[in-house]
Amino acid sequence: MKKIIAILSLMFLIAVPAMAQETAHDETVDVKGIIFGHLKDSYHWHIITIGEKEISLHLPVILYSKVTGWHFFSSRELEHTGSYEDFHITNDGAHAGKLVETLPDGTELKPLDLSLTKIALAVIINSLLLCVIVMCTARWYRRHSATDPAPGGFVGLMEYVIAMIVDDVIKPSVGKDYKRYTPLLLTIFFFILLSNIMGLIPIFPAGANVTGNIAITLSLALVTFFTVNVFGNREYWKEILWPDVPIFLKAPIPLLPFIEIVGIFTKPFALTVRLFANITAGHAIILSLTCVIFITAKMGPFIGTPMTVLSVFFMIFMNFLELLVAYIQAYVFTMLSAVFIGLSRPEEHHEPDGAKANAKANVDNSLTT
Amino acid sequence: MDLLIPEVGTIIWMLIAAGIVFFILVKWGFPIITRMVDERNEYIDKSLDAAKKANERLAGIQNECDELLKETRAEKARILKEATDRRDEIIAEAENRAKESGEKLIADAREQIRLEKEEALRSLRRQVAELSVQVAERVVLKELSTDEDQLLLIDRMIDDVKTEK
Repeated sequence: MKKIIAILSLMFLIAVPAMAQETAHDETVDVKGIIFGHLKDSYHWHIITIGEKEISLHLPVILYSKVTGWHFFSSRELEHTGSYEDFHITNDGAHAGKLVETLPDGTELKPLDLSLTKIALAVIINSLLLCVIVMCTARWYRRHSATDPAPGGFVGLMEYVIAMIVDDVIKPSVGKDYKRYTPLLLTIFFFILLSNIMGLIPIFPAGANVTGNIAITLSLALVTFFTVNVFGNREYWKEILWPDVPIFLKAPIPLLPFIEIVGIFTKPFALTVRLFANITAGHAIILSLTCVIFITAKMGPFIGTPMTVLSVFFMIFMNFLELLVAYIQAYVFTMLSAVFIGLSRPEEHHEPDGAKANAKANVDNSLTT
Repeated sequence: MDLLIPEVGTIIWMLIAAGIVFFILVKWGFPIITRMVDERNEYIDKSLDAAKKANERLAGIQNECDELLKETRAEKARILKEATDRRDEIIAEAENRAKESGEKLIADAREQIRLEKEEALRSLRRQVAELSVQVAERVVLKELSTDEDQLLLIDRMIDDVKTEK
């Protein structure tokens, strides 16, 4: 370990002054551009720049405009000018970085953007990877019986994680018919975990900021939202619309029902923002630390070298921290989803008033006698 | 700010991808794994239960063995004690018999001795009597040379007899 650190440090000591000279001619480092360029979605997937040559994956752009209908073209068309036909990428406003259409009368219109963007492609790659991983694991189980010795290696790891999530998160949070929700919650957990980890690997086909994109986290939260509210039982809706509280809190002005209904929507909102903010922050910090190298390198080798070493150590630390965060956020999202599902299926309350209890007792008596 | 605005297209892509992944994993992925894990847990529970029962049985057998051993020891002790008693009895009986037969022998010997003594006394008396008769004969033959003497002697003798009576 000590040897590796020594070699790394040496590499940077040699490399940084050289890089410093190279970048010294360039204009100032666009930290904001680098960070937001990574955090945000884009129409192409930049893989690497070798010298002057940029290697990137051009993805298909699919647009539906209310005025001019469907448009398909490659993002290669946008490479130099940032515009194609009537479409161009705006730099400001709510849709910065997105394609907008300039109508003949000069107004700008945001079309329905169904482009296979970097994030969308990353989602597909992650989904395929997730399927491959889980199906490979499942294949082992299809070929073995319960009396065989427990699996080792990767299958054993998967089983350990699955068993842990099921036993520690899903079973206690959801309650009695947890088995119905186990596959869904496991899918959510592994999708988030895999996307988080893939986001930390900097090379193609990983490296896209999937779970740091609010559309993705919103989609995941929507899945939870629909699961909670579609499969919620009568008791759940009763607790929302007619909760068990003093009558003045709900009768003339539906105060508590109002709060409860707001709560239905704040739950997925909290899920959305929590995952998005955590992953975005992590990526932003790591990228900032990377940028430190290039900023200080301009200040000459005497400042640049120690700052580079420091920055690399911080980056290693942050990467480990982000690995932890990747797991924790997947865990928390799954746990909260499980808790919300559990809350949507409360058990029937025991009626406190004596009349019903007596009636039930009478029925029981008549049944037994 | 635009970072915080979800793009509808991305949501649609995500929901399609997630839907397909969910379908595949629910149909062929996770249930197989979770079912197997449950089955294995059950199997482990069962095995543990069986092991526990086997252990209990083993403990029972051990107990039985101990019991048996204890019983055997008691039996051994009892038999030994019995044997000792019997031996003592036999010895005592033998002693008694020996004593009895010894006494009987001694008694017989005494009787014999007594009888022989009597016999000897009798024969001695007889011999003494014969001797005294012979002596008396000789004395009488010599003394009673006269009739007077003879008569006198007879008288005296008669007196003697009379006084004796």
